[in-house]
Amino acid sequence: MPAKKTDTPPETVTVKVDGREVSVPKMTPDWQGDPAPTTVLQACQHAGVELPHYCYHPRLPVAGNCRMCLVHVGMPGRPGPDGKPPMDEDGTPKIFPMELPYEPGTARGVIGCATGILPGMEIYASSPETKEMREAVLESLLVNHPLDCPICDQAGECKLQEYSVEHGQAESEFAETKVHKPKAVDLGPRITLDAERCVLCTRCIRFTSDIADDDALGIVNRGSYNTIATFPGKPFDNNYTLNTVDICPVGALTSKDFRFQMRVWFLKETKSLCTGCGTGCNTLIGSRENKMYRYEPRENDAVNASWMCDTGRLDYKWIGREDRLGEVLANGQSVSWKKALSEISEKLAAVEAGTTAIIASARQTNEELWLLAQLRKKLKAFTDCVPRQGEGDGFLSNADKNPNSTGARLIGLTTKRLGLRLKRIAEGIESGDISTLIVFGEDVTKHGIAPKLLRKLKLLVVSDILPNATTERAHYLLPGCAHAEKRGSFTNVKGRVQKFMQALQPPGNARAEWEFLHELTANVTGANGFNSIEGLFNQMAADVPAFRKAELTWAALGDTGATVEI
Amino acid sequence: MPKEHRIILKHADAPGYSSDLECYERHGGYQTLRAALKRKAKKDAEGNALTPQAQVREEVKASGLRGRGGAGFPCGVKWSFIRHPNPKPVYLICNADESEPGTFKDRQIIYKDPHQLLEGMILACWANHVNLAYIYIRGEFTEGAHILNRALAEAREAGYLGKDILGSSHDLDIWVHRGAGAYICGEETGLIESLEGKRAYPRIKPPYFPAALGLYMCPTIVNNVETLCNVRHVLELGVDTFKKLGIPKATGTRLVSLSGDVQRPGYYEIEAGKVTLGELIHHKNFGGGLRGGRQLQAIIPGGSSAKVFKAGEVFKLKEKDAAGNDMEKELGVLDIPYDFDTLMACGSMSGSGAIIVMDDSRDIVECLANIAEFYAHESCGQCTPCREGALWMSKALHRMTHGEGRPEDADQLLHIAQNIQGRTICAFGEACAWPVLSFVGKFKKEFKAKAKRKEVAA
Repeated sequence: MPAKKTDTPPETVTVKVDGREVSVPKMTPDWQGDPAPTTVLQACQHAGVELPHYCYHPRLPVAGNCRMCLVHVGMPGRPGPDGKPPMDEDGTPKIFPMELPYEPGTARGVIGCATGILPGMEIYASSPETKEMREAVLESLLVNHPLDCPICDQAGECKLQEYSVEHGQAESEFAETKVHKPKAVDLGPRITLDAERCVLCTRCIRFTSDIADDDALGIVNRGSYNTIATFPGKPFDNNYTLNTVDICPVGALTSKDFRFQMRVWFLKETKSLCTGCGTGCNTLIGSRENKMYRYEPRENDAVNASWMCDTGRLDYKWIGREDRLGEVLANGQSVSWKKALSEISEKLAAVEAGTTAIIASARQTNEELWLLAQLRKKLKAFTDCVPRQGEGDGFLSNADKNPNSTGARLIGLTTKRLGLRLKRIAEGIESGDISTLIVFGEDVTKHGIAPKLLRKLKLLVVSDILPNATTERAHYLLPGCAHAEKRGSFTNVKGRVQKFMQALQPPGNARAEWEFLHELTANVTGANGFNSIEGLFNQMAADVPAFRKAELTWAALGDTGATVEI
Repeated sequence: MPKEHRIILKHADAPGYSSDLECYERHGGYQTLRAALKRKAKKDAEGNALTPQAQVREEVKASGLRGRGGAGFPCGVKWSFIRHPNPKPVYLICNADESEPGTFKDRQIIYKDPHQLLEGMILACWANHVNLAYIYIRGEFTEGAHILNRALAEAREAGYLGKDILGSSHDLDIWVHRGAGAYICGEETGLIESLEGKRAYPRIKPPYFPAALGLYMCPTIVNNVETLCNVRHVLELGVDTFKKLGIPKATGTRLVSLSGDVQRPGYYEIEAGKVTLGELIHHKNFGGGLRGGRQLQAIIPGGSSAKVFKAGEVFKLKEKDAAGNDMEKELGVLDIPYDFDTLMACGSMSGSGAIIVMDDSRDIVECLANIAEFYAHESCGQCTPCREGALWMSKALHRMTHGEGRPEDADQLLHIAQNIQGRTICAFGEACAWPVLSFVGKFKKEFKAKAKRKEVAA
């Protein structure tokens, strides 16, 4: 049925969950966002009761195959000739617990994920009958499972383990030989399948056909021998394959990148953002002892739902590179931050207005860009950012490969099209009109400002995190931080302002750019007024019109951000 | 004296009868279709205009014709779930997957009298405004598919199919689709998925009732071969005459496939409910009794998924006497009339009409192991209880028949089967659980006897 938007409050239905009455919306958005009758499983969620499940996923079509959400329910009777349902002695409708039609007296379960609620329905989510059904399903899932938890990557975040704790039995009656299926199957360049661990919930199949639009996976063989497979000779290789690892409830699909790298219970989870493009997928960084092991998508309906692309997910190795910049250098000599910043401040304070250019990076945070905008104001500097255009896929991967082009535009460091002023800056250096250049996070030699131009500058201040042809020629080199090593915010291509948290400590003497930029800006402009990222953000938000209009504050961003007009 | 009453197989085995159109027409074939297409609109008892198609639908409903595939659902009621006119195309599928072990009735029709099926189908399609229909035939019936395709070509040539059939302004075409050898393709939603070119995973109901969201998400009627043939006979005989065949709740005839340890295994057409199980097994017109010197041990009355009967079982059935009072009637297993409801009241079913007889020479555990192996092999594996349970039961039973039985096996088999029935997407769960529940339940001594170590010793 097509969605109809109305302003009237949603119609509700009253059902009982474990004897407790709850009013739940009659309709709930289905996996595509269209209204569908609220299911038993969703009604239980409203009541704060979880029905265990493997195949059900709120963002995928319902399959109903795992049977783990089987639950015993009771229904009001069919209305009699008088139009009234059969009544109990106390005048309430009589409820008939469902039973097998061919075996009266034996409870019949319904699958919570696919059964719509009806007024007056009673859901016996914790009854002995329901528990017995769950235990039986779980027992079935385990009879042919290899039980190799000690070497399984999923251990610690495995639904088989979790439900075994809650609904499992300590002993198995299974006396037969287990079914053996292919192990360590190379499903695609990033995915490995252990078919023996698979519970055949088909989440991966549904994801890749219905979300990633690549009907690449299917099931071969029959019955207990069922196995997830690709078409012969066709590897599972779209840009979203790793999401199947996330939604695989067990250890069947594993990421080649993460496989055998770390036990998941040691990982610290930090809320972050992907920096691979302008979409700004919400992520969780998994790290231990200052080393990042993986990215996982973090749910955000306004941005990436529950997904992220493989390119973005694997774009983190550079953070831990051996050659990360960790020393403050003045003309190639190691100096202290204090010395470097005071010298730079002195020099900047002395430059003639209009002789400075700032090439910022649209990979920098809103806060950092705003601080650079303050410097520009004082120095009457030319500013721009380097564009990164690639290919978008119409789903999560955006053609703008900078994470914060929108922020750079809103803050005014660049024009609508990034990089338009780079040529003028190069000409200014060539002509001698520009004698001071501040570069953040970009190798400008690759963007029209050749090394011989850099040699003409009186002052070249560079901040970056990895060495390149520009950092080599810097008079002052200030080592900065990857996003995972600091806090801050980005504005995505749709104007979603989102913050990210610090997961790691930066290498050596590297410092968060906003920290030293604050110091530099305060020294040069004389302005102050903040000493924390929260304060800085709020000050910026009060200054930048788009942010001010949306009444942004650091706290108001929450975990999933806020949208501003762009 | 109990005897066959052939209407569907009336000519099939007659000397010289062939599958050719000419032969079928010579025996009165397609006359019912011609008559139906000439019908005029008329008014029903309440004065509502009834189109010719609606008249046929009403007559099939009134005939009490029940589905012959296994579940015995009233055919006319199934048709009435589809609204006319329908905004979507309506499809009809003839389920010719005949895959229930012990069943070999539909193939008699397909191989020997294919035009009878086509006439029934064309009538059903016309009555339900279907312009495109399929015959889903099991892959193993290679020759059957060939025969049907030849018959379809003949029917097209003769104007029974194609555009404007017999000048009725109704267009219809029928295509044969061969399965690839999976039992589950006989399950109607599995069949539909398979026909759509997908893996034959049965769909969850609700919402995917074929009448609402069937083939290509359009309203779809799925009828068995024998059911569709009966449509012709309902119209040819007229509702009243048809209803006189059989008993009130099981009208018409039934094709029975009799196999196992009887003298005369084979297929028989009987009036539904007019012949008992005992007569089918022992009477000289049917099974002709067991083989020399053997005693009856067990009967599977409706295909391998039906619950087994033990020789000598007596059932207590609730009935109403002439005055309408409840009374209890005792019925021995051999006295059960072969109809839908009595067999169900006795805890089993007539299913696909396949009776499998086992005499006392059979190792009952091995019989069940054989059935369980079939279901373990045929489980599609979509939902957990059946996927894992069917193979578990099969493995346990084979262990038992290979001298490795345990005292606890019998109860464990019951436990596994109980955890399958009623908990799966389709009725395969019951199909694989019921044989185990009934065999183990009724022959517990034989199953316990397979234990290598005795319970007391443990």
